[in-house]
Amino acid sequence: MAQSPPPTSRAAIGSLVLIAGVVAAAAGAFAYTGGFLSPERLTPPKLVGALAPPGGPALGHRRNHAKGICFTGTFQSNGQGAALSKAPQLAAGSYPVVGRFNLGTPDPNAPDATVRVRGLGLQITAGGQVWRAAMIDPPFFPVATPDAFYALLEASHSKDPDAMKGFIAGHPEFATFAGWAGSAPFMASYAEDAFNSLNAFLFTNAAGTTSAVRWSFRPQAQLEPLSPADFAKLGPNHLETDIAERVAGAPQRWTLVLTVADPGDPTDDPSKAWPAGRRSVEAGTLVVEKVEDERDGPCRDINFDPTLLPDGIAVSDDPFPAARSAAYARSYNLRTAEWKDYPYQAPAKPAASTAQP
Amino acid sequence: MNAQSTRFTVLQRALHWLMAVGILAMLFIGVGMVSTVMPTYLPLLEAHKTLGIVILLLALLRLAVRFVYGAPALPASMPAPMKLAAHLSHYGLYALMIAMPLLGWAMLSAGAYPVVLYGGIRLPSILPQNAGLHALLWQAHVWLAFAFFALILMHLAAGLFHALIRRDGVFESMAPVARPREGTTPAE
Repeated sequence: MAQSPPPTSRAAIGSLVLIAGVVAAAAGAFAYTGGFLSPERLTPPKLVGALAPPGGPALGHRRNHAKGICFTGTFQSNGQGAALSKAPQLAAGSYPVVGRFNLGTPDPNAPDATVRVRGLGLQITAGGQVWRAAMIDPPFFPVATPDAFYALLEASHSKDPDAMKGFIAGHPEFATFAGWAGSAPFMASYAEDAFNSLNAFLFTNAAGTTSAVRWSFRPQAQLEPLSPADFAKLGPNHLETDIAERVAGAPQRWTLVLTVADPGDPTDDPSKAWPAGRRSVEAGTLVVEKVEDERDGPCRDINFDPTLLPDGIAVSDDPFPAARSAAYARSYNLRTAEWKDYPYQAPAKPAASTAQP
Repeated sequence: MNAQSTRFTVLQRALHWLMAVGILAMLFIGVGMVSTVMPTYLPLLEAHKTLGIVILLLALLRLAVRFVYGAPALPASMPAPMKLAAHLSHYGLYALMIAMPLLGWAMLSAGAYPVVLYGGIRLPSILPQNAGLHALLWQAHVWLAFAFFALILMHLAAGLFHALIRRDGVFESMAPVARPREGTTPAE
């Protein structure tokens, strides 16, 4: 092999210093990229960690929306949505669905009446593609940005009595949400709740036209709005018992309504509802046909990441879906790593077991 | 390649440097994407999955090319432990180039995630959904990524050590262009 004379000892020391410098610079760049040198960076572990109650997270469970029940069914598309998106789920037809009704709490055993926000996780499969979504029942999100959501979690867990006051002063949009939370009735059933995407997504149709869209699954059941006190009287696990009983009796239905933004409507801020009167399209019906306990249910191991989208639907400039995807992945990684803590073998919750047909 | 060859073939050198850029980019994208909740998370994730599959294909091609063309012998002047370290580190690098993309793909499969690459290319699932398996694969993917980066830093340091201090032609055997030296010719 080609050999050169060895360097003088002074040159060799210089070379060693150079090599050490190159390696240190590469390692430093790697550490910087990974956020190890930036404690102020909002990372998925930090965001997910902030969801935990003071006693720590419920191991093996979702880090938020931890209380829930699985279902399967179909999405019956009427084909009207194809005007907005070429997603195979919106072509006329009937497509299999796996979903999960849930409560917005990190506690899988929280009494129903203590939880203000309810959710719907959904996966619709069509044409070899999945469309996953996670929706909630408020008509707008509490805050405008992921950073503000983290600040809200920090303030709500803070020992400083003025923390929430300070948060609200800095985030006026939260007052709108607090107004809803304090005045909206509690529905007597998951079957009566409307579940909203809140985030705007970009729908592209076969002609290549793109529109910003938010969507809602609106209940077809008769509404029974209750006061918080009356709802609490129904029992701590009423919602799961109720939905299992209802579905055992007859399939439950929601209408998918796609709402299209007008030019100028805010697509990057889910705390701002779009004005009434926007163009809307009824795209089909979600039919919930079978309810199963989460313990062995088909939804248990699904991450309802709202960025897992079919062709024809994409994220918009709304910053939340990306932040949710990053945080949901963290939650999924943690809970699957804690699978030994998940009560796979525990007896069914009494409330849910009595509801089995 | 005959026993007297002092350099890897052009194809091997091209693959080496192309993959060096790709793998370093991959490791930085990976460690960066899991540290952020910003909108860039999504394009980084898509790039990570796409580049991972490209690296897997290039690594398999490179392994085949290595079997066909072999490698120049290490200089006789290298001490035996140094030769052993060189051989072991190269086995480790090949193993990780192939294992890391497969671990990532398997991890997504075990997590019941769709595997969608740039341009909407959808890959099939290679494992059934399983929580315990997902956790194992995730931890392996993460810890082996740090091990891979550490091994690359060692490889880089060793390459520079050969180039600047030992000056024994080992670095030149993989250098992108031949550097004529005084008293030697590239054909030597």
